[in-house]
Amino acid sequence: MASTTPGGLLLVMAIIIPVVGILIQFMLGGRFVNRIVFVVLPASFAVSVSIFAMIWSSGEPLVYVVGGWDPPLGIALRADGISAAMILTTAIVICATGIFARQEFSQPDDAPEARAPFVFWALLLAIWSALNAIFLGADLFNLYVALELLTFAAVPLVCLKGSEATFKAALRYLLFALLGSMLYLLGTAMLYGGYGTLDIALLSKQVRPEPVAWVAACLMTMGLLAKTALFPLHLWLPPAHAGAPAAGSAVLSALVVKGSFFLIARLWFDAMPGLRDPAAAQLLAIMGSAAILFGSVLALRQQRLKLLVAYSTVAQIGYLFFLFPLVIGAAEPWSGLAWTGGWLQLLSHAFAKAAMFMAAGLIAEALGHDRIADLGGVGRVLPLTLVTFGLAGLSLMGVPPSGGFTAKWMLLLASIMEGQWWWSLVMLAGGLLAGGYVFMVLGKAFSAAAEKPAIAMPVARSREVIALALALCAISLGFVPLQPSELLQIGRPEIPGVVR
Amino acid sequence: MNVVMLFGICAAVLVGLGLFGLIVRPHPLRKILALNVLSSGVFLLFGVIARRGTAAGLGGDPVPQAMVITGIVVAFSSTAMAVALVLRLFKESGAVTLDVAEAEPAKRDGG
Repeated sequence: MASTTPGGLLLVMAIIIPVVGILIQFMLGGRFVNRIVFVVLPASFAVSVSIFAMIWSSGEPLVYVVGGWDPPLGIALRADGISAAMILTTAIVICATGIFARQEFSQPDDAPEARAPFVFWALLLAIWSALNAIFLGADLFNLYVALELLTFAAVPLVCLKGSEATFKAALRYLLFALLGSMLYLLGTAMLYGGYGTLDIALLSKQVRPEPVAWVAACLMTMGLLAKTALFPLHLWLPPAHAGAPAAGSAVLSALVVKGSFFLIARLWFDAMPGLRDPAAAQLLAIMGSAAILFGSVLALRQQRLKLLVAYSTVAQIGYLFFLFPLVIGAAEPWSGLAWTGGWLQLLSHAFAKAAMFMAAGLIAEALGHDRIADLGGVGRVLPLTLVTFGLAGLSLMGVPPSGGFTAKWMLLLASIMEGQWWWSLVMLAGGLLAGGYVFMVLGKAFSAAAEKPAIAMPVARSREVIALALALCAISLGFVPLQPSELLQIGRPEIPGVVR
Repeated sequence: MNVVMLFGICAAVLVGLGLFGLIVRPHPLRKILALNVLSSGVFLLFGVIARRGTAAGLGGDPVPQAMVITGIVVAFSSTAMAVALVLRLFKESGAVTLDVAEAEPAKRDGG
């Protein structure tokens, strides 16, 4: 059975260090926030990088059995290839967000203690810890707790500005998220009732296609879809992601919605491999297709830049669900290629969308508004930020060289080679529509006719550079070789299409 | 019909009622209450499952009971957070509604 591997303690540290940071912050008070964050962010980053490095070099998953109690009695933490990729991406995006938000949420030494910096940094660290717990959890109930921690950290981030609209957005987000977690918990209860364990590795051997497993899988997937904001459960996402401060939107859109998607993938591919049903997978991809088309069209119709970027998230989430029909029931090497493509889409979207939200935030800050119609000439004032927006847009559209291109190309190739060509039409249409909304913004910003707009507030060059660095991460993922990635296969059964 | 069956059906009814209230009732406070009814149903189901563990000779399976305690704590804090948001919303806007367009201020739920 599972036992703690060398380096397993790192997994515990990945979850605990941010929490310790929050506790120290509460103990010492808001005046020391800057210094605490300055220590905690690099420390946690180092842990994340070493987890990734260990899994990369050894090719084996890391396991930590909490308290030495073996599952099913105890709880295990387990990091496989996909966890490693997610942990590293999360660490990069969160640290970049930290640098980006350093000025906006800094606590001056001589000023009285302010509320916003204290809350922002506590929430950022809480999101990091909760995400790591989701990526490492090997027990479905443990994952429920991590999911709730993520919700509780993400919702207040939405209403940090404290206006009426953001409170409404936060409340709606909270209600959707709570319904989602209750449905997930209901499914968990049924699985425990049916099989007497919630450990993912043990469940995977026991789950058979029978009513209790079907109902549980259906409830848990529905709940997680509400949290992932897959069409038609996306209603909460645009106002919530557009209303948060730029740094918050970046984390929410790049990482938080991916946390619940990660759980859907864990559920279908790891916990219930016996349930893999092509019809259910097709249904998920149909919803994904609808998300791509509706999200992109709605993005084209937005008048505010941040809402446009938020609707683009709704659309890009749709691509992730092609993972299910293209991996389930397909033969090698195409299912392996689709597996790599799906996760690559997730990673490159995380970088691109964080960069894009930061760019949109900088534009809104510099101009004092984010009306797309009045963006004329902003390219001359903030050239670096508009380049960032454009590079991130390339990845969203799927234009080479970019992570988005490589990911979509793999999915496209897999869908054609597996004879599911209809998905490739949706992907191409989604790419064209994404091109439409990105060029709508860039065309306005670089239009020659427009005069140089007035600047409400200059933005620091360092913040522009951070956003650009994230966009370059998304671009550099485009140089991943076009073949099934070995890293993403670590800790998985030999052939993903075959029932264990 | 045995006790386990009876409580199981009760749990299902509670979940159904909560889901119905959450979707149909527009007022945020009612939605929060509906969520609590829904979660009570889920917790009751955990209790039923724990009771089924008596076959092993125990008074009840302790694992689902431990999960329910965690679940109750989480549900309590989420309710507190939702109510706090509703209060802040009322302070900011003078009304508690999730409608984005402020077209009809009179359009409020009776509860």
